Amino acid sequence: MMEAAAATAPRELSYAQAIQEAMALAMEADERVFLMGEDIGVYGGAFQVTGDLVERFGPERVMDTPISELGGAGVAVGAAVTGLRPIFEFQFSDFATLAMEQIVNQAAKMRYMLGGAVSVPLVMRFPAGSGTGAAAQHSQSLEAWLGHVPGLKVIQPATPHDAKGMLLAAVADPDPVMIFEHKLLYKMKGVVPEGHYTVPIGKAEVRRAGRDLTIVATSIMVHKALEAAATLAAEGIDAEVIDLRTVRPMDRETVVASVCKTSRLLCVYEAVKTLGIGAEVSAMVAESEAFDFLDAPIVRLGGAETPIPYNPDLERATVPQVDDIVAAARALATGAR
Amino acid sequence: MAARTRPARRTEPRRNLPFLYARYDHAALAGALRRMHLIRQFEEGAEDSYMRGLIHGTMHLSIGQEASAVGICLGLTDDDQITSTHRGHGHSIAKGADVKRMFAEFFGKTTGYCRGRGGSMHIADVSKGNLGANGIVGGGIPIAVGAALTAKRLSTGRVVVSFFGDGANNEGAFHEALNMAAIWKLPVIFVCENNGYGMSTSVERATAVPNIADRASAYAMPGVIVDGNSVSDVAEAADAAIARARRGEGPTLIECKTYRYRGHSKSDRNRYRSKQEIDEWMNERDPIRRFEAELVEFGILDKAGIGAIRDSVRAEIAEAIAFAKESPAPDVANLEKYVYTEPA
Repeated sequence: MMEAAAATAPRELSYAQAIQEAMALAMEADERVFLMGEDIGVYGGAFQVTGDLVERFGPERVMDTPISELGGAGVAVGAAVTGLRPIFEFQFSDFATLAMEQIVNQAAKMRYMLGGAVSVPLVMRFPAGSGTGAAAQHSQSLEAWLGHVPGLKVIQPATPHDAKGMLLAAVADPDPVMIFEHKLLYKMKGVVPEGHYTVPIGKAEVRRAGRDLTIVATSIMVHKALEAAATLAAEGIDAEVIDLRTVRPMDRETVVASVCKTSRLLCVYEAVKTLGIGAEVSAMVAESEAFDFLDAPIVRLGGAETPIPYNPDLERATVPQVDDIVAAARALATGAR
Repeated sequence: MAARTRPARRTEPRRNLPFLYARYDHAALAGALRRMHLIRQFEEGAEDSYMRGLIHGTMHLSIGQEASAVGICLGLTDDDQITSTHRGHGHSIAKGADVKRMFAEFFGKTTGYCRGRGGSMHIADVSKGNLGANGIVGGGIPIAVGAALTAKRLSTGRVVVSFFGDGANNEGAFHEALNMAAIWKLPVIFVCENNGYGMSTSVERATAVPNIADRASAYAMPGVIVDGNSVSDVAEAADAAIARARRGEGPTLIECKTYRYRGHSKSDRNRYRSKQEIDEWMNERDPIRRFEAELVEFGILDKAGIGAIRDSVRAEIAEAIAFAKESPAPDVANLEKYVYTEPA
């Protein structure tokens, strides 16, 4: 009986394993695909995402770079524009601040500046987010920075399934795709199909259907929102949870349709609240046909206006937690403001 | 500069000639002179069009620096690639771009190389291996290293040249890129056109070492200093660097000592250098006049031949400007085209 169960149970992988499998499949399928990053070879990457891939594909395709984020990013841009398909790992998304010139001025704009003469098929991976006790320079969520730049696509897969499918979609994409991976998700397990499949960039996913309010969440906040929705359900509040998945281009259709149905919107994201993803989602809804359906002001739950602190209690207090989401959703749904 | 020899006689062995004249035939040498004239007259035509209000924005002219652009590109094939700078018109022409499409770009027209989206600072002709000028100082240097990584990985036999100015040698991108090119032994040549000033700040005030080429020793690659106003000297250094790169032995840093006659850009009041200094370079070290004198000396071209080249360039520039003026402007409805690749 146990054997039969094992044979039919869907396979589970961790988020990190799902990314690794996607990269291996991409490299098997296309000689042009290769990995670049700091300590991704024998070390296996700071979060063991590349793991032992260097043993399968060799050091030329799982390429350790010096600690040179700007130069390394530029090499990836140059390789992409001349025929290779680099997947570039920043060790921490914070370190990408050193490479903004190449990402923002070069990768994002090259196709446009050259009037369409080239494409830049570049994938960059950004381990992001707080919760690891690594403090202010290793814990940021900078996806809104890059989401502000035309020419880039910016995604935040929230599940192992999407991490694999969206990475494979990113590798197939002719334009630069920036993948923000929350570090606390790396060990999360989930069902991941074998073989090659893609999850489209630019499409949000309704993770839980509901009638009373819409919670638009990104990355790890999707899981916190789902947990909050379970608590709310026990109270008779039926929350719809949307996993935004892509920051740019944002899926207006899915979000607006949901708010037209529920008449209430709560945005939940880990990055600093001001000028963040929630501001854009809120404005997008306020400017849409959903405005006439709104029964209450839109609410945003985002990170505190502070660098990420070291002390674990302070760190937790910096970003929205399940209880915060429950409280905000309850108030929004019941009008108890 | 290589020692001058007497005018070549048919009985003399070719090895007695300076590199350029031993290596290239008459047609190639006349072609090199033509490209230098094409660069200079292009720049003059661009400046004139700007003064007349036909071109907006700004531009960075390379008048006086023609020898480094042409001398380096002489040894490259159309398949070899370059990255260029904000002062990149000369590199583009030296790599074989059509001045019609360059002027059209300056005029912001759809027939321009970038369909009016890029302008002077983003001129590129990918079909001829020019991956683009760049508005960011040092921005093209790591990109060139990436292009060289592709060349090595796909065994294309290509070499990549990254042009940059003296100012770029103090950018982090320069140091990171040179280090990576060296550790991975990539087929790339770093060409610093040292014209003495990064905008207004002299190399002496901005750079801790006397020569930019001295930086090469930190990255275990050859650092070569050449008279950047001598086509022959530049071409000789390029030839050795290209051969080294094609052999798989890695990068070279070439420093071409040169001078720009015009200001940094259109806002420059020339407060940081003397008229005497500018006049000395223009009158005594002009790269085109020097090349012409050598061509006459070695019996490759006579005055009439040189005059014919200038005249044909003048006609080509006039035709190119007319083409640019007459070309259609982009449709504003297509503003967002080319931000992303459209699905096939």
